[in-house]
Amino acid sequence: MMKVFKWSFIAAIFAYLYLPIAILVINSFNVSKYGYEWKGFTLNWYAKLWENEALAQAFLNSLLIATLAATAATLIGTLMALALYRYRFPLKATSSGLLFIVMMSPDIVLAITFLVIFIALGIQLGFWSLLIAHITFCLPFVVITVYAQLKGFDQYLLEAAQDLGASESRIFRLIIFPLVFPAIVAGWLLSFTLSLDDVIISSFVTGPSFEILPIRVFSMVKVGVSPEVNVLATLLLALSLLLVTFSTLLLRRKH
Amino acid sequence: MTRSPILTLSNISKRFASQEVLSDFNLTIQDGEFFTILGPSGCGKTTVLRLIAGFEQPNEGQILLNGDDIARIPAEKRPFNTVFQSYALFPHLTVFDNVAFGLKMAGVDVQDIAVRVADALAIVRLSEFATRKPHQLSGGQKQRVAIARAVVNRPKILLLDESLSALDYKLRQQMQLELKQLQRQLGITFVYVTHDQEEALSMSDRILVMHNGQAQQVGTPREIYESPRNLFVAQFIGEINVFDGEIVQALGEYQYEASINGVVREIRCDHRFAVGDKVHVMLRPEDLRIDCRPDVAERKGFPGIVLERSYTGQTLNSHIELENGQTLMAHEFFDEDDPDFDYSINQKVGVDWVPGWEHVIPAERSGKA
Repeated sequence: MMKVFKWSFIAAIFAYLYLPIAILVINSFNVSKYGYEWKGFTLNWYAKLWENEALAQAFLNSLLIATLAATAATLIGTLMALALYRYRFPLKATSSGLLFIVMMSPDIVLAITFLVIFIALGIQLGFWSLLIAHITFCLPFVVITVYAQLKGFDQYLLEAAQDLGASESRIFRLIIFPLVFPAIVAGWLLSFTLSLDDVIISSFVTGPSFEILPIRVFSMVKVGVSPEVNVLATLLLALSLLLVTFSTLLLRRKH
Repeated sequence: MTRSPILTLSNISKRFASQEVLSDFNLTIQDGEFFTILGPSGCGKTTVLRLIAGFEQPNEGQILLNGDDIARIPAEKRPFNTVFQSYALFPHLTVFDNVAFGLKMAGVDVQDIAVRVADALAIVRLSEFATRKPHQLSGGQKQRVAIARAVVNRPKILLLDESLSALDYKLRQQMQLELKQLQRQLGITFVYVTHDQEEALSMSDRILVMHNGQAQQVGTPREIYESPRNLFVAQFIGEINVFDGEIVQALGEYQYEASINGVVREIRCDHRFAVGDKVHVMLRPEDLRIDCRPDVAERKGFPGIVLERSYTGQTLNSHIELENGQTLMAHEFFDEDDPDFDYSINQKVGVDWVPGWEHVIPAERSGKA
């Protein structure tokens, strides 16, 4: 009796978590436009999405921003993690604490802050403001991922390399870089997904000149969920799963 | 064998923030010797090693390698190599690449590297493990790779930082023997840092005993053990019984009569004392003789009772309380004639020693132990 209860409880939790997603995915292949009942399998909506140029443009914009923001955040974040790990400098504790503040702040607070700054500096809302904002909120995640990896190493590894005659640049190239590479890639992937699905901050800091996918979708669903949105969500879901799996595998890989 | 100094630390001071770890520290290491720096944790021994390696720079003083000051030369340019306590093997490189790392940095050509790495791995008996990664090795094997990675560069001095402390007892003893053999075979100067006095005694040509950033005594294991210069060295290296005494009369050079616990005894020493000087008369547990004859009148030495006795296999160790409350430790080897000898708790005995086996130093503390 207990056993039945236990399993049905677990089943209920998983149903609660994944049923909406499952329905969405199923509906993306449903002939019925409103998705109240199953009327047969179709790839029609996928084809329709393909033809929707505004949506495709927003998707490309999103990919562009996500790629650029992730890359920039990874570069800056990796250097910052290295600095925190390797060197002693004034305000070291403060600067790493400040990163946490960025990470912990509610998106809406960050969004307003960015908006205020861009307006004050006279920066036109669009591509650049969006990119700067995305780099900023991705940054702490990269720093933490890379720093955690560095912290995990034997603290004497770098001294051992130095002891064996390696210069600072060779220590970086031959020891540090190969060892943190998985964390760097994981940090990039994490940033990429964060950037790709951000709505709140993006909606504040971008303008009509540069529309990205989440915002486009958001405005589309205001007039009802169309099958194209289901298709889009399904595709994004698949992409996210792929990236998450990839980064988990990378971090788990043992040396 | 005559040796010449290879490394001299002269008037070294080292401060971390406001804390002075070493002040006016001096040390000379001879070419080709196995030199051990021994002391409790926090005594500054690791700092000395790191100064030699070049991971730390002294605030004042010189580090002379064959007469040239190297205090400002960075670690990567010094002809020394270190075996770290945690081994610090590069986890992403194979055993071969770990050992080859130093040679690659030095720009040795690929064929020479292959030969020298193979030689080094043969010395530490790990030739079959060249393609493994560090995480596939046992603790003892990692230790050997770390040693091979250091010696393959033919350093002028090999520095070892508590290198055996992570190994279990048996393996540690085996590695002690191997290290000593390796040192003899390579003829490289070894500077070994440890807090384990047994390890220090069994491996070293000379030992430096450190305490609170100060050199307490430098000498051969025998000198350190048999003639400790002060109470700290005496008590840090093995166990020792300390009697407080006072010089009563000079009998000749280095020969005196001293009053110990109210009994006047003849003592021999290598210090000069005046009448009235307080002294510590020290005896190792194995140098005490216990007289357990039942007749009180016949018993020699200081009277006491057996508090505790323990059988260790090789020796019978007993704790004996003297009449003045002082507790002594005695280790006695089993006698072929009387393999069953033992004491009972609270048995009355006399504690004595062979005249001349005592070691006498000027008193450092007042009152009785």
